Amino acid sequence: MNVLETLKEKLGGRIKDTKVRNERRIYITVDRKALKDCVRIVFKDLDARYIIASGVENFDSFEILYHFGFDSAGTIVSIRTYLDKNKPEIESMTDVIHGISYIEREMWELLGINFTGHPNLKHFLLRDDWQEGNYPLRKENNV
Amino acid sequence: MSDNEKKKKVIVPIGPYHPLLEEPEFFALYCDGEKVVDVDWQPGYNHRGIEKLSEGKHWDQVTFLVERICGICSTSHPFAYCNAVEDLVGVTVPERAKYIRCIIGELERIHSHLLWVGLAGHFLGYNTVFMWAWKYREPVLDMFEIITGNRNHYAMFKIGGVRRNIEEEDMPALRKVLKEFKAQLEMLTHAVLDDPVLGARLKGVGVLTKENIKDFGAVGPVARASGVAIDVRKDEPYAAYPMLDFNLVTTDNGDVFDKAVVRLLELFESIKIIEQSLNAIEGTGGDICAEVREIPSGEGIGRHEAPRGECFHFVRSDGTNRPVRHKIRAPSYTNIPTFKASCIGQMIPDVAIILAGVDPCYCCTERIAVYDACSRKKQMYDFAQLVEMSRKKTEKLKKEI
Repeated sequence: MNVLETLKEKLGGRIKDTKVRNERRIYITVDRKALKDCVRIVFKDLDARYIIASGVENFDSFEILYHFGFDSAGTIVSIRTYLDKNKPEIESMTDVIHGISYIEREMWELLGINFTGHPNLKHFLLRDDWQEGNYPLRKENNV
Repeated sequence: MSDNEKKKKVIVPIGPYHPLLEEPEFFALYCDGEKVVDVDWQPGYNHRGIEKLSEGKHWDQVTFLVERICGICSTSHPFAYCNAVEDLVGVTVPERAKYIRCIIGELERIHSHLLWVGLAGHFLGYNTVFMWAWKYREPVLDMFEIITGNRNHYAMFKIGGVRRNIEEEDMPALRKVLKEFKAQLEMLTHAVLDDPVLGARLKGVGVLTKENIKDFGAVGPVARASGVAIDVRKDEPYAAYPMLDFNLVTTDNGDVFDKAVVRLLELFESIKIIEQSLNAIEGTGGDICAEVREIPSGEGIGRHEAPRGECFHFVRSDGTNRPVRHKIRAPSYTNIPTFKASCIGQMIPDVAIILAGVDPCYCCTERIAVYDACSRKKQMYDFAQLVEMSRKKTEKLKKEI
């Protein structure tokens, strides 16, 4: 069974949208309420490797892609979820994936996405006395 | 460990400057006597905002920008970035360019691993290893100069192929260097791996289990030394790797010694890859770059097995001439946090080599300050003293063996 079929079987109705660019790049969109379940299933049950999470700012939303590697198949599965533009907030995945703590701290300080339940949400790359509400990676801060 | 418990421990700050490694970074070791009980990591001293800068450059300029992320594995990022954009566009790279990409990638692995072997030797008080490794690294850098005109920052990568050809007249010189290097490497590998003192000093130190690797998402030689057989070159063959014959090196113990074994044995595979690639392109000719006129809107993910592990790039285009988002994850981003697993329970003199063991690509502690949080007694260890502690331990072992 290939990776896409396995995902569909395990995640079922939680998948809102699927985009398959080729057999090695699968993007699935899930509701943010179902995200933790999906991440747990992919990381624990399907034994995928955690790669990283990418935070993206769109015109009308924030978006996080959690990238997972299915190494024996050479496939990368990206689980996408959309967050409210005015109050970007999502549950922290640290209790599922230990190593995700750092990238969540990074997204929190650079993009202003709040991670509820994160055990140690403090500055990572920026100074501790960095101005509150100034998020360097947001589009309003032009290069 | 809770914040309250942490307050009761002695803190050993390492960094932000550490002369043995390359860039500033800060670690706070929470110690109980000589034993490390917890570690905190604070990077950011060198944060240059490259993901943000990338949003302001056009697609072709970004290859030069990402090349500046790292001075040692400078071609890893352009390699992964080009793979990502090519994934987005769907372009096919000419065969000759694929082989040239592999040659550059593997030469870089050789010089990067040699640099690590040298530094690790220096740290342990084996300066002969340091001198040897770095001496043998020189001809490899010369090969880069022959091919690209530069010893580092080669600017070889371009979306769709490579910027420069490997000329036929340079082939004999490249083969000669490679042949000489192989003999030198054999001697160096035996000298390092057969040394009983190095074995006693490094075996069982800083062990990472398969579970640790999964928890932290560690990659590259760090994962392979713990028996996790992942390598992008094998898992998702790109460039010319599917056409080349090479082995994946893995070991089972996950200690610093095994990390050295993996890196040293990988060098022989890299030589094999370069030899095969040179054979494949010699006398064949052909294009070195496919034309990419525009980047359509969409997303792309590219990976490359850098010397330190999987380098991951995610790009998103809205159809304009710049990326709207460019996420970069260097292998050290997931390898460095494994200190949390490998340093805990170890002694302070071993921490230096464990920190160096994952070949972190930040680097540099100028001094270490040990101070007791309760009594406010402060003792500063400078770098020389720290290295001295590490060397004394090696000396002690030497006498015992």
